[in-house]
Amino acid sequence: MPISWFLALRFFREGRLQSVLIVVGVSVGVAVMVFLSALIDGLQTSLVAQTLGTQAHVVVRPPDEVARPMLASSEAVAIAARVERTAQRSRSIVGWQQVVEGLSAIPSVTAVSPTVTGPAVATRGNATRAVVLYGIDPERFAGIYPIRERMVAGRFEPTGTGCVIGRELALDLGVGEGDRLRLGSVEGASEVYTVAGVFDLGNREVNRRWVVISTRGAQTLLDLVGGVSSVDLRLRDIYSADEVAADITARTGLIADSWMKTNAQLLVALRSQSSSSQMIQFFVILAVAMGIASVLVVSVVQKGKEIGILRAMGVGRSSVLWVFLIQGAMVGLIGSVIGTALGTGLGVLFAGMVRNADGSPTFPVTVSLALVARSAAIAFFTGVFAAALPARSAARLDPAVAIRNG
Amino acid sequence: MAEPVLLLEGVFKSYGNGVVTEVLKGVDLRVERGEFAALIGPSGSGKSTLLNILGLLDRPTRGRLTIAGEDTAHLDDAGLTRLRGRTIGFVFQFHHLLPGLSAVENVMMPMIAATGRTSKEMVPRARRLLERVGLGEKAGARPNALSGGQQQRVAIARALALDPPLVLADEPTGNLDTKTADQIFEVMREFNRELGVAFLIVTHDPRLATRCDRTIDLVDGRIVSDRRRAGP
Ligand SMILES: Nc1ncnc2c1ncn2[C@@H]1O[C@H](COP(=O)(O)OP(=O)(O)OP(=O)(O)O)[C@@H](O)[C@H]1O
Ligand SMILES: [Mg+2]
Repeated sequence: MPISWFLALRFFREGRLQSVLIVVGVSVGVAVMVFLSALIDGLQTSLVAQTLGTQAHVVVRPPDEVARPMLASSEAVAIAARVERTAQRSRSIVGWQQVVEGLSAIPSVTAVSPTVTGPAVATRGNATRAVVLYGIDPERFAGIYPIRERMVAGRFEPTGTGCVIGRELALDLGVGEGDRLRLGSVEGASEVYTVAGVFDLGNREVNRRWVVISTRGAQTLLDLVGGVSSVDLRLRDIYSADEVAADITARTGLIADSWMKTNAQLLVALRSQSSSSQMIQFFVILAVAMGIASVLVVSVVQKGKEIGILRAMGVGRSSVLWVFLIQGAMVGLIGSVIGTALGTGLGVLFAGMVRNADGSPTFPVTVSLALVARSAAIAFFTGVFAAALPARSAARLDPAVAIRNG
Repeated sequence: MAEPVLLLEGVFKSYGNGVVTEVLKGVDLRVERGEFAALIGPSGSGKSTLLNILGLLDRPTRGRLTIAGEDTAHLDDAGLTRLRGRTIGFVFQFHHLLPGLSAVENVMMPMIAATGRTSKEMVPRARRLLERVGLGEKAGARPNALSGGQQQRVAIARALALDPPLVLADEPTGNLDTKTADQIFEVMREFNRELGVAFLIVTHDPRLATRCDRTIDLVDGRIVSDRRRAGP
């Protein structure tokens, strides 16, 4: 065993109480770091997942129709304030088949679902509800939304005159699987559909409003035969949505809305949450570093005489330096191992305690390998850095003085 | 005549840079291999200072120090450390054992320092040394569990770990009762006789000084007398 390791281990064992205390301190620090990160990662992942459970990552739709006043431009400025946005009736994306093909070819896009969507009214007996029609291809639609896993009754088969509706709408209208309801559009068309299944996407508003039917059915009802009103996309990396959307707009002239734009506030909240957690972690690291440094500073002072003796025995300066660096690293490593275990345990415990009404965990506390590796690395380097100063002063001790003062 | 183990020529040592105190005021000293010498003198005369310089723990302000034929002036810190490890064993007034190490590990320490790592072959040699000083049974004991005399025996065994030609001892018996002091002295004497190790022992005990082959008297930073007794 190299001399520095030998001495570091002996010193570490000798100052048992000090060693235990500082390891406990580092462990607690690392545990806080791991737990906090895991908690916030889990919370954010589940918040985003929840949000994206009912939203496509990017929605591509035709450009807005702009009302153009027939006036010279100078007058137009004066009158511009009065120009209103035209009421947007359902319009089709021109040449949508090619658009879908083009979008599918984008590498970061994992699923594409052309959608015929528009407002409608659902009627059952004398109960009437305003709804939003989604005319889709079931296979493609299921690639965007986790609807197959979220069926609470019947099946996800929006084909022919079968429709799939949300739980709240089913309750409101008093219908269940196999019941009939009438769907009517503002265009005046109407058709009787049979409820093929009921879903619960975890969002009350969606459950109350969405009526999913076949593409052809929606095209007929919304007077959009042969067309689609929007194309939903799913991306490999959800945080690339803004770029992908901008890219699509630039290339096609269509409007592309990313979920990030639609949920800007959520993202701001998440970001500030992350930065406050990072700040807490920074101060935890600082406190841990101070703890390690102060213990080692005291230890160098206490061991001044012993260091002098070691030097008199022929132990070199660099070996003395390493003895203390190794101790710092050891404290950091042991602390990070215990700390990650503790933090993970705490996270699992916490996830087990905080549960939804149905007993499922509110959010997963995700302790990733990367998080563990990062915490361990931070603790390790913190240990080494914290030890650097005391180690240097130990290496610089004058053996003659150290022995005389013994 | 063979090369001396220690050669000191015109050594001065002063401390402080504002108010300078000159502790050693021109010391010449030659110690041959296998000598057994006492360094005596009143308190504050500079004995420990001289020993620290001889032991390469401190550098002289002026003058030349040659150890085992090697001029020490041009050596850097690492060079001094290496030369010290190879040629000089230390015994201090307070045993100065490392409390966190067992007796045998303390004896191994100079060997570990010299090679930069621990190795299994060191253990039997360290044990043999402990047996020679009469502590074969206590190899695994911590210094705190040993008596003052036993601690000093371990310290002597440690000083001899690398078979150095010279051992410097600063009041090795200063903290011991007369009987124990005699025993410790005898241990050193034996190593001197059997292995030919040279000893330079600082002592305040005139009784012990007279039992050495040579007595060097340091007063106020100068050697005022240096007497050799006729061989045994
Ligand atoms: N680092 C230092 N700085 C300043 N003065 C010092 C230093 N070391 C020793 N001295 C002074 O040098 C003088 C000699 O000290 P030294 O320890 O060598 O004496 P000594 O002969 O060993 O005495 P004792 O018999 O009491 O051990 C003393 O006056 C002491 O105060
Ligand atoms: Mg002294």
